Amino acid sequence: MSKLASESTTSEPGRAGRYRAPASRMWWLRRRSYVLFVLRELSSLFVAWFVVYLLLLISAVRGGSDSYREFLALSGQPWMLALNLVALAFVLLHAITWFNLAPQAIVVQIGGRRLPAPVVAAAHFAAWAVLSAIIAWILVGAR
Amino acid sequence: MTKRSSSEAAAWLLFSAGGMASALMVPMLLLLLGVVFPAGLLVPPEHADLLALLDNPLVRGVLLVLCVLSLLHWAHRFRYTLFDGLQLTRLRTPINLLCYAAAAAGSAWAAIILLG
Amino acid sequence: MADTITLQVARYRPESDSAPRMQEYVVPLRADWAVLDGLNYVKDRLDGSLSFRWSCRMGICGSCGMTVNGEPALTCGTFLVDYAPGPVRVEPLGNFPVIRDLVIEIDDFLRKLPKVKPWLVREDEHPFADVEFLQTPAELEAYRQYSMCINCMLCYAACPVYAIEPDFLGPAAIALAQRYNLDSRDQGAHQRLDVLATAEGVWACTYVGECTSACPKGVDPAGAIQRYKLTAATQTLRSLLLPRGAR
Repeated sequence: MSKLASESTTSEPGRAGRYRAPASRMWWLRRRSYVLFVLRELSSLFVAWFVVYLLLLISAVRGGSDSYREFLALSGQPWMLALNLVALAFVLLHAITWFNLAPQAIVVQIGGRRLPAPVVAAAHFAAWAVLSAIIAWILVGAR
Repeated sequence: MTKRSSSEAAAWLLFSAGGMASALMVPMLLLLLGVVFPAGLLVPPEHADLLALLDNPLVRGVLLVLCVLSLLHWAHRFRYTLFDGLQLTRLRTPINLLCYAAAAAGSAWAAIILLG
Repeated sequence: MADTITLQVARYRPESDSAPRMQEYVVPLRADWAVLDGLNYVKDRLDGSLSFRWSCRMGICGSCGMTVNGEPALTCGTFLVDYAPGPVRVEPLGNFPVIRDLVIEIDDFLRKLPKVKPWLVREDEHPFADVEFLQTPAELEAYRQYSMCINCMLCYAACPVYAIEPDFLGPAAIALAQRYNLDSRDQGAHQRLDVLATAEGVWACTYVGECTSACPKGVDPAGAIQRYKLTAATQTLRSLLLPRGAR
């Protein structure tokens, strides 16, 4: 294989060129696993949206009970509810994929043996359940 | 090609921390504050109760850390979505700047609201 | 079960074609035949001009990787009966330039592989020739999985980041680096760090995970990369903050 042939990038007929398949913008639509991956990555947008929503809510609370009531009314609007439902779906996708993938990066060894991945994942889900319960108790339970 | 990237290392660590924090706390917070209370499925907290909650320094600290880390998580993940999904790697530097500037702006806003 | 199955094979002749085109061949459908057997039947009996790589026929040499019905696969381990009644589409392995027919150019991988120093690196002051390194089963277990790589490059074909970012080191190269980093006999982890902890190294990986799905030997390169990200990040920042103490 001559140096010239290996360096050539042309795909014209008649020249001993390598064929390079064109890269498609729609690459991620080709397989279900790619689509899931892109949806998972897009979930970060909704995490950022939640931060914005939370800060708007807190501003409204600080602004007095009237502004708090107005914000509640606004967030009760159908379009806002729909947006937050979609956001919730994406945030759940983020959480579930995150806890399932976390064991890959975190290697925990107890007594020289590596903890199996499902155990590490289960620990994450357990922590999630506990924290969620605490948040719910603070916001709903405690009066 | 053989230079370690400290910025990418730091970006990834913050992304990971933000991913963990947001995964643990955002679902329940969003469920309650974004869906359940506004839709009236459960009685929303009283204004006075929320004010009292926000006065608690632990609450403020946790919320601030959550907001900052979540924004940094978004910045890292979103810029790579643009590089790979829309194949915009040639605009790497401006995209990096925009994403982290936005994260910084949001963090500043969070700090003002929560600590001010 | 039918007697025959159709193979739709990509043909590309650089001296006369500008792009690949498909050519159909009808081959016997035998219960124990792999796609590779079908291709060899084509070359033996139907069309001697078909070019493809193969060697061991048993999934250890890594030569016969191609795209079968859109998925990267080792053609010696992919069986025709699983695709009956067919047709079976056989194309060159994705994300690599095509030299001819089903033969791809793997120079990019061969250039990247030595960069990660995939050998035992020792820093003994006086290296001596006849020394025996002792290793416990637990120490072997720490890297054994990553040593299973046969350099077949199915992971590169599956990786969407490599498709978009040709400078990306890639799954196999990083997994092989980890194989040596985690080997108790090796002392070269910090040398490999300079190549791996870069924007074209581990940081380009967004944990799609397709490389692990495609790997025929269970290496789990995605897992290797994720583990290494934590090491790379902490080591990079430690050497930044404590330049004299760390390496």
